[in-house]
Amino acid sequence: MAPLKVLVGVKRVIDFAVKVRVAPGGQGVQEQGVKHSLNPFCEIALEEAVRLREKGDAAEVVVASVGTRQSQEVLRTALALGADRAVLVEVPPGGPALGPREVAAALSRLVARESPHLVLLGKQAIDDDCNQTGQLLAAALDWAQGTFVSRLALEAGAVRVQRELDGGLETLRLRLPAVLSADLRLNQPRYASLPSIMKAKKKPLELLPLPELLGCPPAPPRLRVLRLEEPPGRQGGQRVENVAALLERLAAAGRI
Amino acid sequence: MLRAVAAQRLRRAASLIQRFQSTLVIAEHNNETLTPITLNAITAAKRLGGEVSCLVAGTSCDKVAQEVSKVQGVAKVLVAQHDTYKGFLAEELTPLILETHKKYNYTHICAGASAFGKNLIPRVAGKLDVAPVSDIIEIQSPDTFVRTMYAGNILCTVQCDEAIKVFTVRGTSFEAAPTSGGSASLEKLTPPPPVGLSEWIDQQLTKSDRPELTSAKVVVSGGRGLKSSENFKLLYDLADQLHAAVGASRAAVDAGFVPNDMQVGQTGKIVAPELYIAVGISGAIQHLAGMKDSKTIVAINKDPEAPIFQVADFGLVADLFQAVPEMTELLKKK
Repeated sequence: MAPLKVLVGVKRVIDFAVKVRVAPGGQGVQEQGVKHSLNPFCEIALEEAVRLREKGDAAEVVVASVGTRQSQEVLRTALALGADRAVLVEVPPGGPALGPREVAAALSRLVARESPHLVLLGKQAIDDDCNQTGQLLAAALDWAQGTFVSRLALEAGAVRVQRELDGGLETLRLRLPAVLSADLRLNQPRYASLPSIMKAKKKPLELLPLPELLGCPPAPPRLRVLRLEEPPGRQGGQRVENVAALLERLAAAGRI
Repeated sequence: MLRAVAAQRLRRAASLIQRFQSTLVIAEHNNETLTPITLNAITAAKRLGGEVSCLVAGTSCDKVAQEVSKVQGVAKVLVAQHDTYKGFLAEELTPLILETHKKYNYTHICAGASAFGKNLIPRVAGKLDVAPVSDIIEIQSPDTFVRTMYAGNILCTVQCDEAIKVFTVRGTSFEAAPTSGGSASLEKLTPPPPVGLSEWIDQQLTKSDRPELTSAKVVVSGGRGLKSSENFKLLYDLADQLHAAVGASRAAVDAGFVPNDMQVGQTGKIVAPELYIAVGISGAIQHLAGMKDSKTIVAINKDPEAPIFQVADFGLVADLFQAVPEMTELLKKK
């Protein structure tokens, strides 16, 4: 089997450990001075692509992000983690936030330009929690989709994937080219070493304006955020002394 | 004056639109029984105010189609039985849904936000060239939905300007539709030709006699504090006394104590039981996302500073290895 070209989509998100707050005006969240990083599921997708290249199954790993210029940071991280080159599909700052539909549309154009055999994404971004982009991209390309993947193996002209279901696991065989989305259990991503971070500075990172890639101005998003708000918090309750007291309280509350 | 007339017309148009809502719910099943989350999705569909149809596709559909036809609020059950639907592949189901939509022209297409729905619904939306809406927790109007973001820490009210609204429904946010009292008509669909991009090989399902996690009334969950998979037996024993399902934190799954399908949290399962007992779980943001809508939360943890105590109605600071067996024994005596 000839080695494949793999495209990995990554997203810059607010770091998983940050307690997110709604910005005044209720149209967005507070981003100023908040730590951002590579979406954890994207990291897993990238790690898998790099492992495919290390095994000799993949010839090239291209990493791409659709976002503002700040997304260059996560692309540099991705290069340090082993991607060969990066493409930032750049959207101007201050516009409406792009949703999965817009991102998938941009990625499908990028796929047309790059002709990868395999596209790897994370199963969801931990900011919008949509879990859509991979499926939308597969639909746009008319490719097979393997979502929530916890194991994969390449075969001649196909990829065998193990998927996480609600009740266990299933195995599918997908014809290449295909779009896969990574679940947590696919692998344990590596850390970037200092030498690899230094080397990543020299790897190519292309800036590609979104309208140029699309060949037209992007259409306005068709989902409009009317309001963001914080859900009512739970009141922390009471401490109980011992197990007997706990059971008494639960019985009194009608729970047991 | 003119403006008032225009507003009146707009209102009339809006109510007309409301009258012509029609929703297609994609039923989830295993060729034997209907998956409960479909009943929650049907309730959400009824909220939209139009006619509700249900599509049952699979290799063996008669039993499930009969089941769905009795569900209250379903007007029509569309049945597509064919070997090509083995494994419920999104590549094969999507063309069937598109053809069904072409025939009946739905205003809304939805499914439960389970692994099945999350896999399928965005592909359908992509083919219809519309932006889907994931995991809605509330319907404010036929085009306005509420969903959560950032691991449940932000509620987002979103207006969908698409001609067809395509969405998944959080099962725990809508009651299950009653499984009797309905009398839907049944219609057989002709399956479109197979696509053949993908093929289902096999599955390994976790066998359990306990209630299913996402619909259980009581859930007992264990975290890293359990220290080993053998120790999870303590939770199974307690769960048996409470007729509870058993869940886990990501830490417990990653450590290999229990299988992945037991994970509760932002990227695992969302549960909202009457009683959630968190044992040896610290209460990370990502875990809370999966259980903080439970009616009563109990935390058993030896660390009094654990964040889980901030959301627990009843907190017991104790060593779980003593507290859990003691609880099981006391419940046995009841």
